[in-house]
Amino acid sequence: MHNNIAVQLENITKTFGKKVIANKDVTLDIRKGEILSLLGENGSGKTTLMNMLAGIYYPDSGHIYVDNGKDELEEVSICSPKDAYALGIGMIHQHFKLVDVFTATENVALGLDKSIAFNKKQIAADIKAICDKYGFKVDPDKKVYNMSVSEKQTLEIVKALYRGANILILDEPTAVLTPQETDMLFEVMRNMKADGKSIIIITHKLNEVLEISDRVSILRKGEYIDTIQTSEASVSILTEMMVGQKVTLHIDRKDPENTKERLVVNNLSCVNKYGVTALDNVSFTAYGGEILGVAGISGSGQKELLEAIAGLQDTVDGSSIEYVIPDTEERSQLIGKTALQIKDMGVALSFVPEDRLGMGLVGSMGMSDNMMLRSYRKGFFFTERKGPKELANKVKDNLEVVTPSITTPVRKLSGGNVQKVLVGREIEAAPSVLMTAYAVRGLDVNTSYTIYNLLNDQKEKGVAVIYVGEDLDVLLALCDRILVLCDGKLNGIVDARTTTKEEIGLLMTHLREEEQENG
Amino acid sequence: MLNMNTLMQLLQSSIAFGTIIMFGAIGEIITEKAGNLNLGIPGVMYLGAISSLVGVFFYEKNVENPIPVVCVIIAVLCAFLAAALGGLLFAFLTITLRANQNVTGLTLTIFGSGVANFFGGLLNGFSGGVGQIRVETTSKAFMTKIPFLSNMGTVGKLIFSYGWLVYVAIIIAILVQWYLNKTRSGLNLRAVGENPATADAAGINVTVYRYLATCIGTGIAGLGGLYYVMDYTKGTWANDGTIENLGWLAVALVIFAIWRPKNAIWGAYLFGLLFWAYLYIPGLSRKTLELFNMLPYVVTIIVLVFTSFRKKRENQPPNALGLAYFREDR
Amino acid sequence: MAKITVHKKEPFLRIAKRDSMPLWQSILIRVISVVLALVVCGVVIYLLIKVNPLEVYKSMVEGAFGAFKEDYKFFNRRTWITIRDTMMLLCIAVGLAPAFKMRFWNIGAEGQILVGGIATAACMIYLKDLPPALLFICMIVSSLVAGALWSLLPAVFKAKWNTNETLFTLMMNYVAIQLTSFFVAMWENPFGSNTVGIINPNGHEGWFPPIFGQDYLMNVIVVMTITVGMFIYLKYSKQGYEIAVVGDSENTARYAGINVKKVIIRTMLISGAICGLSGFVAVSGASHTISTSTAGGKGFTAIIVAWLAKFNTFTMILISLLLVFLDKGAIEIASKYDLNDYVASMITGIILFFILGSEFFVNYRMIFRKKNKEVQ
Repeated sequence: MHNNIAVQLENITKTFGKKVIANKDVTLDIRKGEILSLLGENGSGKTTLMNMLAGIYYPDSGHIYVDNGKDELEEVSICSPKDAYALGIGMIHQHFKLVDVFTATENVALGLDKSIAFNKKQIAADIKAICDKYGFKVDPDKKVYNMSVSEKQTLEIVKALYRGANILILDEPTAVLTPQETDMLFEVMRNMKADGKSIIIITHKLNEVLEISDRVSILRKGEYIDTIQTSEASVSILTEMMVGQKVTLHIDRKDPENTKERLVVNNLSCVNKYGVTALDNVSFTAYGGEILGVAGISGSGQKELLEAIAGLQDTVDGSSIEYVIPDTEERSQLIGKTALQIKDMGVALSFVPEDRLGMGLVGSMGMSDNMMLRSYRKGFFFTERKGPKELANKVKDNLEVVTPSITTPVRKLSGGNVQKVLVGREIEAAPSVLMTAYAVRGLDVNTSYTIYNLLNDQKEKGVAVIYVGEDLDVLLALCDRILVLCDGKLNGIVDARTTTKEEIGLLMTHLREEEQENG
Repeated sequence: MLNMNTLMQLLQSSIAFGTIIMFGAIGEIITEKAGNLNLGIPGVMYLGAISSLVGVFFYEKNVENPIPVVCVIIAVLCAFLAAALGGLLFAFLTITLRANQNVTGLTLTIFGSGVANFFGGLLNGFSGGVGQIRVETTSKAFMTKIPFLSNMGTVGKLIFSYGWLVYVAIIIAILVQWYLNKTRSGLNLRAVGENPATADAAGINVTVYRYLATCIGTGIAGLGGLYYVMDYTKGTWANDGTIENLGWLAVALVIFAIWRPKNAIWGAYLFGLLFWAYLYIPGLSRKTLELFNMLPYVVTIIVLVFTSFRKKRENQPPNALGLAYFREDR
Repeated sequence: MAKITVHKKEPFLRIAKRDSMPLWQSILIRVISVVLALVVCGVVIYLLIKVNPLEVYKSMVEGAFGAFKEDYKFFNRRTWITIRDTMMLLCIAVGLAPAFKMRFWNIGAEGQILVGGIATAACMIYLKDLPPALLFICMIVSSLVAGALWSLLPAVFKAKWNTNETLFTLMMNYVAIQLTSFFVAMWENPFGSNTVGIINPNGHEGWFPPIFGQDYLMNVIVVMTITVGMFIYLKYSKQGYEIAVVGDSENTARYAGINVKKVIIRTMLISGAICGLSGFVAVSGASHTISTSTAGGKGFTAIIVAWLAKFNTFTMILISLLLVFLDKGAIEIASKYDLNDYVASMITGIILFFILGSEFFVNYRMIFRKKNKEVQ
């Protein structure tokens, strides 16, 4: 029975620290010559699971069996990427592992100690043979830094194949590709499958799942849900399996009162550092006195949206972000201003960025010093220290931050406490607009509720709250309206009180018909 | 005025001078290509110089008729090993104990110059009243010129009139150039210096590569010290700090050569030319001469600035230069 | 189903970053490292001269703080010279502190000291007829400006084009050394000596005035003022705060609305200016002459001081004192046992290697296989 199984994972569990369970008791098999989709929301443990096959992580418990070529499944222990390659497993990570100043050939040859001199021509010929076989296009002499993202990805796949990989794992390969490039990738994947290779594609795009894979395995919150034949699947079935039953959360949500226009965004477009359009013509209005949720697969433009409003992201000409000064009708344009200029204009904008220690806080400083990160300019020459100290104590008490003292570097605090410090500071700045990115990521239930309550308080005070989140249950229970981004486009704004998880899930993963035709 | 004869002298002294720093620069290129910025190059050149001197001094002193070949072997081994030991210390502190590379390198320079000048002073003390020792047999062996060829007219004189270490330097430079660009191991080494995490993922042992690159690199730099004492100063020692200045010039040459051994060959001679040209430029007063001697450094700065302007990726310092690698950081 | 299990061994020794360590423990580790280093030095010296190491240590203390005779007074001439040199080293290290705190590797102190010294010497030579107060103002201002300008170049290129500052500042040192040689040749006195000689030997124009009869008390006052000032600047000023933020994460600095380029340039100007001022202290307050050895490697040693002190200016006092003590002590041994002065660099090197190595045990912990026993 097992003779068409290439890899079997049995009861795999992996935890990080004491609290975070990334994978719980996952059992999964991959057959020879198939394309298996691994589907799940952000944080469902897909990448972690595959990293254990690739030798990046080592499972806490469970077994991995790999076909040994004699129609036997042999239990293996994969401690490093080298071990994985020896077993014919190659993984193409989201962050490519390539040396920028090397050519394609050199990157492929890296780390293979077969002979002293290396014959570039021979390797280039081998690369060409692989390319011809599966339909890749790789220029062996091109330097990686001159390559497009798609070319780099192709190179990574070729590198894996050159090392004899029979089982290829692709981690969200289409996230960085244009539709045309995606088509090319799928073509190549079909060719590899025809050659008997097993391919696992990690994704959360349903249309791709349906288009490319033979079977779909679904993970949710670290647990294995089920595997079904793609021929028996549909968008709605998959969405339901992916998001699960609606969980009722007891978040005390009041109806918005006296909402007033606060931020008017029109035709906002941005290009990210790879030259890919990250935000495409997004228009919406955020109101004071409501919580506007932002839903979307990660990397759909949430980061750029918030940073553009905060004055930290360059925008494409024609974009407009207008701030309506409270209690007046006066509007001021934020585009083209730096963060400091926006602040000096009197715009009370608070921003909890996704990267807490790399952007929102100074890791080597204590709570007290971090409190003045955005307000230290007060006073003459010297920083004013009493206020921040009091503020730090206040945040510490109110949010129950666990820290030895307010001077302990925040880098040494746990993730939840770091987030409390950041959120606490931003809320205490008495904002009129409060933006949060993944404010409860990695936090336990109690702390999460603390944060929800804080956001609701702000809403009642008339603040325009923009909440970028990933847990649909929370978005439904906390927000008033939910804006859904898909591939940098605004795919719909729905009423959180009447919509369903399935509707949002669909909007997140599936561009609306008319959008697809236009785009 | 500049006639054929003086031009000849100028070129010859440039090549001799260039050889010292070429050794240092080639050694440092290997080290830096693996991602270690070793500012201890002056120190290891000192270590190489003094060890070879001490080694052959005792050999020459205790043997009635020192055999030149044995002298040479002792000197080369002492220079290479002592410098490589300095490199090993640097590697242990920065790679295993993850101490800061800049600070460790500077300390190595202080230490190396201290050790060398201390023992150099002692040696000179042994020599009795003259105040300076001389290891004659060895120095002669090092200064042996290629017979016939060195007598072959101007060209022969220009190309073949040096001690054999001059040619060893060129050969090492060419070998390193070949190694870095044409061998798999060289490719791996460059990957370690560019992106250790990628190298690690490709199954390359980052620690081993860095250790070896540092030790071999410093060993080669130590040969620069060897050439200096045995050939350039004809087997004598003086506590005058010259080697330290030469060591820094070697570090400068690495930048000037934009991390390419083949550039370091002509770059070294150019530095030599810039260093000695003052002797042959008419109208230079002692004051302007000093300004003139800035040239190698100024040229290096210009090269450094220029490469950062152009942002040509191949000409940048290795990407992970100066950074310790710790796998769990990824 | 054949199931073959391969158990890979866990590595014998794993290294993990340490979260934190009690202060006393981290101090203990450093003290142990210094003691170990002194023992090693004692052994080395014993092997060289076969003298009881305790005797050697006593000589070292005497070298730094004067011979222990019956009428021993702590503030004797030797102690004052130790203090003077400590202040010099401290002044440079304090100058480097803001740059290092910003993670800007200013290893160009050597050159910045020299240009500051040149500026000072120039004032002493050409402006000696000015009233003393005015002369001092000129000397201070010109040395500050000279040092600042010397560091401006690498700073601008770093800020605008991300030019490698370690290599740039290193090269600037040698340009400065040649510049010094140029001025030495220009101010040569007496002719042919290739030195400048003592400047203003008779009128002492531009010399630090003795205070309470002490020649070097002025140095202490000047340098301690700067040290305290820098401590306050880094810890309590807005600019100091900006330096700390930029040093931690440029992205966070951007988020906070800090102009990173401006902070880099401004901080380097300050750093270079204080190093330039050290040149003023060296020339006006100590040697009263200028030569290429006015900096004498102190610019490099100070880098190590600043780094080991983790940018804390008061810790720098202790480390500077330790290094100067070693230097003086070693020189004393050298003269007493007929060695040469370079034994000092050798001993300093050994001690620094130990201290540098000890940092590892403060920042990392080792985990041994199986027992999971953790060792400091």
